Amino acid sequence: MKRAIPIFVVLAGLLVAIAAANPFFLEPAGFLAFLKRVAPLAILAAGQYFVIVSGEFDLSVGSLVTVEVVVAARLIDGDEAMTWPVLVLLVVIGLLVGLVNGLVTTKLRVPSFITTLGAMLILSGAVFLWTGGAPRGALSQGFRVFGREGVWAVAILVLVVVAAVLLMRADFGRTLVAAGDNEKAARLSGVRVDRVRVFAFVLSGLSAAVAGILLGGFAGVSAQVGQSLEFQAITAVVLGGVVLGGGRGHVVAAIAGAFTLEALFTLLNLHGISGALEYAVQGVIIIAAVAVGGLRLPSLRLSPSKV
Amino acid sequence: MLRMTGIGKSFLGIRVLRGIDLSATAGEVHAVVGENGAGKSTLMKILAGVHQPDEGTVEIGGQIRSFAHPVEAQRAGVAIIYQEFNLLPERSVADNVFLGREPTRRGLVDRAAMDEATSRLLDELDEHSFGPRHLVKDLSVAQQQVVEIVKALSVDARIVVMDEPTAALAEHEVDLLYRLIRRLQGRGIAVLYISHRLREVFDLADRVTVLKDGAHVATVAATDVTTAGLVKMMVGRELDAYFPPRAEESAIGEVLLTVRNGGNGKLDGIDLDLRAGEIVGVAGLQGSGRSSLVKAVFGAEPFTRGEMTPTRPGSVRAGVAAGIGLVTEDRKAEGLALNQSVRDNALLVARAIGHRSRAAVSDLLERVKLAPPRQETEVKYLSGGNQQKVVLAKWLTVSPRVLLFDEPTRGVDVGAKAAIHDLMRELADSGTAILMISSELPELIGMSDRIIVLRDGRVAGHLPAGSAEESVMALAAADGVAA
Repeated sequence: MKRAIPIFVVLAGLLVAIAAANPFFLEPAGFLAFLKRVAPLAILAAGQYFVIVSGEFDLSVGSLVTVEVVVAARLIDGDEAMTWPVLVLLVVIGLLVGLVNGLVTTKLRVPSFITTLGAMLILSGAVFLWTGGAPRGALSQGFRVFGREGVWAVAILVLVVVAAVLLMRADFGRTLVAAGDNEKAARLSGVRVDRVRVFAFVLSGLSAAVAGILLGGFAGVSAQVGQSLEFQAITAVVLGGVVLGGGRGHVVAAIAGAFTLEALFTLLNLHGISGALEYAVQGVIIIAAVAVGGLRLPSLRLSPSKV
Repeated sequence: MLRMTGIGKSFLGIRVLRGIDLSATAGEVHAVVGENGAGKSTLMKILAGVHQPDEGTVEIGGQIRSFAHPVEAQRAGVAIIYQEFNLLPERSVADNVFLGREPTRRGLVDRAAMDEATSRLLDELDEHSFGPRHLVKDLSVAQQQVVEIVKALSVDARIVVMDEPTAALAEHEVDLLYRLIRRLQGRGIAVLYISHRLREVFDLADRVTVLKDGAHVATVAATDVTTAGLVKMMVGRELDAYFPPRAEESAIGEVLLTVRNGGNGKLDGIDLDLRAGEIVGVAGLQGSGRSSLVKAVFGAEPFTRGEMTPTRPGSVRAGVAAGIGLVTEDRKAEGLALNQSVRDNALLVARAIGHRSRAAVSDLLERVKLAPPRQETEVKYLSGGNQQKVVLAKWLTVSPRVLLFDEPTRGVDVGAKAAIHDLMRELADSGTAILMISSELPELIGMSDRIIVLRDGRVAGHLPAGSAEESVMALAAADGVAA
């Protein structure tokens, strides 16, 4: 948890700066609006954390979010009665995409960077083919409530955080981190490395489904709704001090990374800096965070040569 | 030609070499011998510029040299041929010979010149079974060795180091190697020949330097010493270490594990019985299949042939489920998740197999005498001895009936060593069957209730408790030394 302290300090500083620039932020309504905005990214960061701490990547979550939203709009098409069946379907889609990503990565030994990059392209292509570029249909009121009503969004966020923390304390979480830290040692201790990794991808897919449900209500239906969210999620996780390559970092810090990233965007916005800069800022953050992490990284894997 | 004086070197605070002197003259074959861990490879890596000595000097052709990088050593005329060759399998012989210093013509690599030069060197070595254009991956091990030698000749090496050159060779290929070495000698090259196999040493060497525990024992002319004399110099050591008492005959109980005619890619015809309460030592040279044996019994590199009771594990999980645990040789690469806490590492096996009745971690850490017994420290900050105790704790959580140890005290300080020895005996006394590999003969002999010697993936023989180091070495090296 020691590694996580800097991110909380940075986050606190940013929140103070936002409050100073915009006192409305301190009122319940203002803060709730912020939480509602953060929730999808925070949930994605939690999902991405599981994959990254196990030593892998998931680049497919942005496209998956788009798929979820577009599918929901088309199938519900304004019909309230369809809300719950479609919600269930969305969760199933998320789990399935995660399962496929996980199985391809572990069983076919395709590096996850490639597996999920492929999945990202396949999902984007499928959305484009299906919608012809302009999504049709509409979401129901019952669906939108999750992303629109701050109370719902916050409740779901809290649920995700609690579930993530509990999972990381359970045998699954501890063996997942060990597999990410030293796969060989984990295997030789009897850890089912492939299985825990597949489960991590499934969790990431699930998090994309939940984030999609929130974003559908919050941002509305478009073919761009999930664009670049995978990079935001990875940036958030890295910002939280989680090491790419696996084995180190805390899930709460990864979620705090998402808060920090969103707070930073909010602050830039308040000071009238163009949203177009967001990408550049993310780019700088991710490189800087990994560089700093790399500096700390001692070359412990280089054990002294046999004598 | 070469004079190394007073060489000393430490890794992570552990002294692996001290005060080593070694010299070689032009056209001499100088053998360097010693047990596993005597410091031979480290000494050669210092000569090759891979490691830098903490003390001492290296003199080549009368000039004191210090190499910050292997390339500098190469320029000074030192070529080293490692056990595992440094060749690119997908490239041609000539590409490999001239790797990184390709001749060029008008800015382009001059392949014709490379091929021609390589051909000429192959001719000089009387090697006609392959040419400069063959891909390295298509060559046999012996042929690849020739490529390494050609590479050494092409840089005008004056000193050629060969590290266990016959380890990977078939019997008839060894003769070819001898011929090659004679040719190198004829060109006035000093050859440093590292080997465990004393027969080769006597076949080839003019002088022999014996190393032991990182120190220089003696340098003698090969004609002035017998095989038995060499073995004695290699292993003779004062028995200053304390070992816990061996098991009483009556304390050794039922057979917990048997292997009959077990084999796989690296092992053949293995018979093994492990009984409750006894510690069985496994001796053998590097590459004799010791680690393969414990990994096969454990299920990490399973036996593909033969019988094993109570079960022949096909996977690590099956091995663990059958009550077998393995304390691996390289704890950093295979034993521990270094960035995780002591607690997480200690519970790893129990969590992996969903073991229900978990002993309290604090009790376990006390049992393995971890000092200080802090559960939240990341294991990478612990000393080697404490790390090894954490590996032990990891297995004790699931109370295995059979515990395999691969080099249990390598790189561990004296205090921790004694604690681990005591703990091993304590485990045996409480009914665990223990199989232990150790390259340190005093440890192996001091701890074992009986000893199995492996050679070339087979059981070469059995020895009783308290056998002499000479008899173990003789069986392991099979040089026909009288015990």
